[in-house]
Amino acid sequence: MTDPQAPQNPKSPTPFRTLAQARPAAPANDLVLPSGPVSDEDRIREELEKGILFTTVESVVNWARANAIWPLGFGLACCAIEMMAIAGPRFDVSRFGAEVFRGSPRQADLMIVAGRVSIKMAPVLRQLYDQMPDPKWVIAMGACSSCGGVFNNYAILQGVDKIVPVDVYVPGCPPRPEGLIHGIMKLQEKILSSKIELGPIPRKKKRAQPVTGSGAA
Amino acid sequence: MTLNMGPQHPSTHGVLRVALELDGENVVACKPIIGYLHTGMEKQAEYKTYTQSIPQTDRMDYLSPMSNNLAICLAAEKLLGVTVPERVQAIRVLLTELTRVSAHCVWLGTHAIDIGALTVFWYCFREREKVLSIYDMVCGARMTASYFRVGGLAMDIPEGFLERCEKFVREMPAHIDEYESLLTKNPIWLARTKGVAPISAADAIAWGVTGPSLRGSGVKWDLRKAEPYSGYETYDFDVPVGASGDAYDRFQVRVAEMRQSTRIAEQAIRRIRELGAKGEYRLRDFKYVLPPKEEVKTSMEALIHHFKIVAHGFFPPVGEAYQAIEAPKGELGFYFVSDGSARPWRMKVRSPSFVNLQALPVMVQGKLVADVIAAIGSIDIVLGEIDR
Amino acid sequence: MALAPERVEEKLRERFPGVAFERQQGEAVRDFTLFVPADALVDVCTFLRDEPECTFTMLSWMGGADHLPRVPRFECIYSLLSIPQAARFTLKVRVPEEQPRVPTVTGVWPTANWHEREAYDLYGITFTGHPDLTRILLPEDWVGWPLRKDSPLGYEEVAFTHNTPGRIKPSPALKKLAPKKVRYRAQ
Repeated sequence: MTDPQAPQNPKSPTPFRTLAQARPAAPANDLVLPSGPVSDEDRIREELEKGILFTTVESVVNWARANAIWPLGFGLACCAIEMMAIAGPRFDVSRFGAEVFRGSPRQADLMIVAGRVSIKMAPVLRQLYDQMPDPKWVIAMGACSSCGGVFNNYAILQGVDKIVPVDVYVPGCPPRPEGLIHGIMKLQEKILSSKIELGPIPRKKKRAQPVTGSGAA
Repeated sequence: MTLNMGPQHPSTHGVLRVALELDGENVVACKPIIGYLHTGMEKQAEYKTYTQSIPQTDRMDYLSPMSNNLAICLAAEKLLGVTVPERVQAIRVLLTELTRVSAHCVWLGTHAIDIGALTVFWYCFREREKVLSIYDMVCGARMTASYFRVGGLAMDIPEGFLERCEKFVREMPAHIDEYESLLTKNPIWLARTKGVAPISAADAIAWGVTGPSLRGSGVKWDLRKAEPYSGYETYDFDVPVGASGDAYDRFQVRVAEMRQSTRIAEQAIRRIRELGAKGEYRLRDFKYVLPPKEEVKTSMEALIHHFKIVAHGFFPPVGEAYQAIEAPKGELGFYFVSDGSARPWRMKVRSPSFVNLQALPVMVQGKLVADVIAAIGSIDIVLGEIDR
Repeated sequence: MALAPERVEEKLRERFPGVAFERQQGEAVRDFTLFVPADALVDVCTFLRDEPECTFTMLSWMGGADHLPRVPRFECIYSLLSIPQAARFTLKVRVPEEQPRVPTVTGVWPTANWHEREAYDLYGITFTGHPDLTRILLPEDWVGWPLRKDSPLGYEEVAFTHNTPGRIKPSPALKKLAPKKVRYRAQ
């Protein structure tokens, strides 16, 4: 399916290309270019054109992952209520494919840490993160999970990035639901542009881009 | 068998952990374990002035932030020995009652979701969004308002605020009818909540339960009527009381309270209109309350008071005070010990959910596991308040 | 007629003549508060709960306070509520630092259970006879009593440019990590 020589169509809004775009350009010194199908082969090719898309595995996989993120229902404090509000009717997050808040970490791929993380809760949070299967992402929602927020004292962890790797920080106290949706969209951007791991076979090129599913740290 | 309802579970009441001892599906023992959201607010209040502690209270019972603000302001005002003007009291009552409606909306939505009635959630959040826009209009923040100050309000109500509140109050009873039509006579709802998690009046009092959970057991105790504050004695409203103390009665009490709250809000709006849509919004006691900005620019004393209050905070007398209000969850009280300096020596919060949750084992003893979920929902707890 | 706190004090002195009650003085002490010695606490509470004229059937809350330079250092504050009489009453017990022990009132009001656990957790005051005196708000293995005046707040220095001299400046190569400009499907 991969066609490295085919020109990338800059006008295409999706990562997909049609068969027509994937076909190599005709050689310049052809004498006559017939219009319309002349042989059986051409006729078959024209029929197939209507129903085949060419793309890369990576684009499809990233597209699927980005548009169907399943968050873990992990509301801790006040930010949880704004997170519930994005599931509500006014700020509808199911437009982004993320309305199924899973109860179990085994079925979720996004952990939105919504609220302040106390020192008693920190080991629980780490355990939940470990229980989530790859690929997984973390959004630190609100000031408290990004950096400790309003509370700088003995009881609150100063930023959830001390224990889990965070992909997107959404500031606010609490962030408006639009802000959280913007954070989810930024995460979608990140997923769409990341390289994927296809198993134990290492890539030859050194990656400079964020890697999804590496479970770093 | 020991079952752990861990700190992360789908019913969105926060990080509550319940250790259940089960015999099949029956609950033999139930132990709530809290502390997963402990924020050290009481310790932190000793390092901040009274005004700086007001935003902390928003984050305690985060479903009804203006109620918490009211409680802390009233406690500080009791310590100072001042009373705010009538117009301020009316605005505070209006916003607190709208808060009660919005808190009960969230409660109903989440309680229904726990039990399985998903539709109610969306209806309730639609109404809640209207209240949050009203908050947004008056103080800029949707949830963590911090609009009240010791001695008054942070700023005056804007234009169009009273019209918006009137519209909400006019439309709300129809929405409450909607919720009732979905749930009150619904056989599944009745089966899941009638006779579930009962608590007798004597038990409720012995376990310190207050608020709608106490009134559901038949005890007619409402601080707005018994120990009125902020002018509540001048409003005309009823206090709904249940009969048998089960989850269904608590549901009935809270829905009826929503109706009464809209009634009080209507009266408060009329009173504010009488007293002036624009007017004084702070007490004129410059020792403790910021003077108006126009005076700060012209009068020397006002300038000095403004400087002192902003730079250090106001200095209350040496003493103690406890003031409780009827928050949507129960009796919310603040206890201040003052040593004469700008920072309180001790701030103790009497949070209703902390005490109400203790009664959970009493309610579910011998019942089924599914009833535990209904019980937790019907007590209406907020972990931010429990753990502070 | 609402029950006046002075009447409650009168009844207490009448019923417990040997006990040294003391009214808390202070112009800005807005609630009537009575100091009770620790050993008489349970009897006084039982009397206040059962006496027909008082009926303080609800313990509204119980908390601790630390007045560090003062001796005795700690205080336990009991706020009682009588629903039939619509009255409140406050009791205080002075707790010394060397032996911070107070008898439990869970036998009188079961609700005192968690309040006493919280006072133990935050101040280190032990309640003798308590059924389950363990930490409630902090992790089980936490050391120290955070709300005491000599415990620190636990403030963590926020890292700014001016107070992190050895910080690693981001390398220019990091610009490659910026995600590619991706167009959404709708565009």
